[in-house]
Amino acid sequence: MKPSPLPSDDVAAYAPRNYLNAPATGLMSWLNTRDHKRIGVMFLIATTIAFAVGGLFAMLIRLELLTPGPTVMDPMTYNRMFTLHGVVMIFLFMIPVIPSGFGNFLVPLMIGAKDVAFPKLNLLSFYLYLIGAVVALAGMIWGGADTGWTFYTPYSTDTITKVTPILLGAFILGFSSILTGLNFIVTTHTMRAPGMGWMRMPLFVWSIYATSIIQILATPVLGMTLLLVVVDRAFHLGVFDPTWGGDPVLFQHFFWFYSHPAVYIMVLPAMAVISEVVCTFSHKNIFGYKAVAYSSLGIAFVGFFTWGHHLFTSGQSAFDAGIFGILSMFVGIFTAIKVFNWTATLYKGSISFKTPFAYFVGFLFFLVFGGMTGVALATVSLDVHWHDTYFVVAHFHFIMVGAVMMAFLAALHYWFPKITGRTYPEGWGLVAAVMIILGFNFTFIPQFLLGNMGMPRRYYSYSERFQALNVASTAGASVLAIGLTIILVYLLVSLRYGRVAGSNPWLSRGFEWDTPSPPPPENYPVTPVIEHGPHDYDGENITLPPHQHAPEPEPHAS
Amino acid sequence: MQASPLAHHFENLEKQAHAARLGMWLFLATEILLFTVLFAAYALYRFLFPEAFALSSRALETWVGFVNTIVLVTSSLTVATGLHSATRGDGRKTALWFGISVLLAVVFLVLKAYEYNHHFHTGQLPGRFYTYEGVKAPGAPMYFTLYFLITGLHAIHVIVGMTVLVVIGALARKGRYTAAYHVPVELGALYWHLVDLIWIFVFPLIYLI
Repeated sequence: MKPSPLPSDDVAAYAPRNYLNAPATGLMSWLNTRDHKRIGVMFLIATTIAFAVGGLFAMLIRLELLTPGPTVMDPMTYNRMFTLHGVVMIFLFMIPVIPSGFGNFLVPLMIGAKDVAFPKLNLLSFYLYLIGAVVALAGMIWGGADTGWTFYTPYSTDTITKVTPILLGAFILGFSSILTGLNFIVTTHTMRAPGMGWMRMPLFVWSIYATSIIQILATPVLGMTLLLVVVDRAFHLGVFDPTWGGDPVLFQHFFWFYSHPAVYIMVLPAMAVISEVVCTFSHKNIFGYKAVAYSSLGIAFVGFFTWGHHLFTSGQSAFDAGIFGILSMFVGIFTAIKVFNWTATLYKGSISFKTPFAYFVGFLFFLVFGGMTGVALATVSLDVHWHDTYFVVAHFHFIMVGAVMMAFLAALHYWFPKITGRTYPEGWGLVAAVMIILGFNFTFIPQFLLGNMGMPRRYYSYSERFQALNVASTAGASVLAIGLTIILVYLLVSLRYGRVAGSNPWLSRGFEWDTPSPPPPENYPVTPVIEHGPHDYDGENITLPPHQHAPEPEPHAS
Repeated sequence: MQASPLAHHFENLEKQAHAARLGMWLFLATEILLFTVLFAAYALYRFLFPEAFALSSRALETWVGFVNTIVLVTSSLTVATGLHSATRGDGRKTALWFGISVLLAVVFLVLKAYEYNHHFHTGQLPGRFYTYEGVKAPGAPMYFTLYFLITGLHAIHVIVGMTVLVVIGALARKGRYTAAYHVPVELGALYWHLVDLIWIFVFPLIYLI
């Protein structure tokens, strides 16, 4: 690693008084905390458990698909499995994990604040998450649903499975998401430390801010829509039921008005993590700060006008389909801006190939591959061929598992020393990263091929000729699962036996690394005055007086 | 007087008030989006069944909606007056004006209940419960599905708003707020105005067009 220009007097210290032991250590002090760091950690634990549950469902699905006919479960159980897999992974893991988990922990640290704007709402958001999770899980244990996570009407209003508690659970989880988003928008606007203008905000905060806008504006629509399905199930009023004049496709419009932007609720935080990781591990300013910052807002904005690409085969007019197809491709432009800037950041950087960087490399590959197949799917004539096949499954898993899980794991390793004060074993980290990246490719590249050959998604059984690729996919998933298990084991061991990390083991210039590890409850004893941009690796700008021209990280800075 | 209302993580009251206001406006945006779903459904089904929607709308008692509109707009005025008293530090007057607003809200709900009761007798009910003989055009049951969903959700908001006004009015009476610090009064008033504003859209959609 390149020698650091930073003062390194506290490098090996474990902060004796930190948010983990102060002001108190009892269980109640956690359950009743207002500290954004503790709430963030509780979210991380809860969402990681959800990830494990969702992953278990995924493995059972892959196990069933090992052979063409019945393998380990009956068709109804299989339908319930893929529904629960989707619901758990999306509502319980991917939507909250980075914003509510890492975002809660990091946003106030990064902007030099003592806490988020509304600490009590923050805690309420956590409890709503728990209640929503319990209600949804109760529904799953009580009978589960077989509608798929999309709850399409009219089937979802008629099926005998227990859809209602899962819908209500998702409704409550939506409120948790709204409160977190609201908190971060207000925090970003009002809590920034003196000297931190919008153009000095870390890119992580920019991306979380863009995510929060989507959470606020899209989630209420989902909440109301799910309630309408609940009402339809309970009283058969026929809001979406053709018998009473209802239009089932209206449900699809409402659902995707939320659920397509929700893809960006999952991906933008992943991009937030990657923007931080790429700077730290190439020891270099981000290339094109403003472009990366504004493209997050661009994705959030355009994301609201693309929902119709889920309805290409639902009787939408050809004109509408064309418009939605073109608008969907705009997302590709903003994503490409980010990808090129991240790649350009590496140029002439001093790269430390640590575990988070390995995940960055995986992320870049999966995002580009998933993104390019997304542009292909946005083309109406191609989508008509691929719709509801494994091609679509593979596409969105490349983005939502590939990209988002890579970013989650990168974040977990990158901020593990800050959150726990200890480091993880680097060697095991790289081994697990290689296993996960290879396992992922073996799981989902066969699914692209299967989809292109015409294997439909969500089917319990398939034709013999698809078996070889399905076996490959299941084998890949097993490697992936083993890799994730290795991470779980060594991180748990590191909690106790890991080497003490010190305040800044990566020699990062991110503001959050200016605090001791683990940070004290109040974050900063004195509100810091920010005098340089985020990730200012150039060094000479650091001591500029605050009111002089802001030393924005220029693209050609190095 | 209570301890200082300044929370530990804010530098000063002004910043805290700014944060609270911004948070409230964002919350109001989510409330509007909640209703937007129902309004969008209304727009679609009105487009599909223009005749049934027009006839069903005519079959309502417009005077009830009209009086309720007057009642709610008046309650917004009294809430605004209460807020004005709060800005001058007169908590007792704030409580009085908020009390009047709550009474007006009760009048609104009583009229609404009268109307619902009437629908139950005539059979102007949602979906499969629709038995009204006056309008038989297809789509009339859907009109009443939306009618009950929209006015029902609005009525829930009226009840929540009343509760907010009662709590804040009581605290104002105890002298919790001063001319310098009365943000909760302001936020409560904002919420009530939203409840009123939504009704101003509901009234023409349901009763007039």
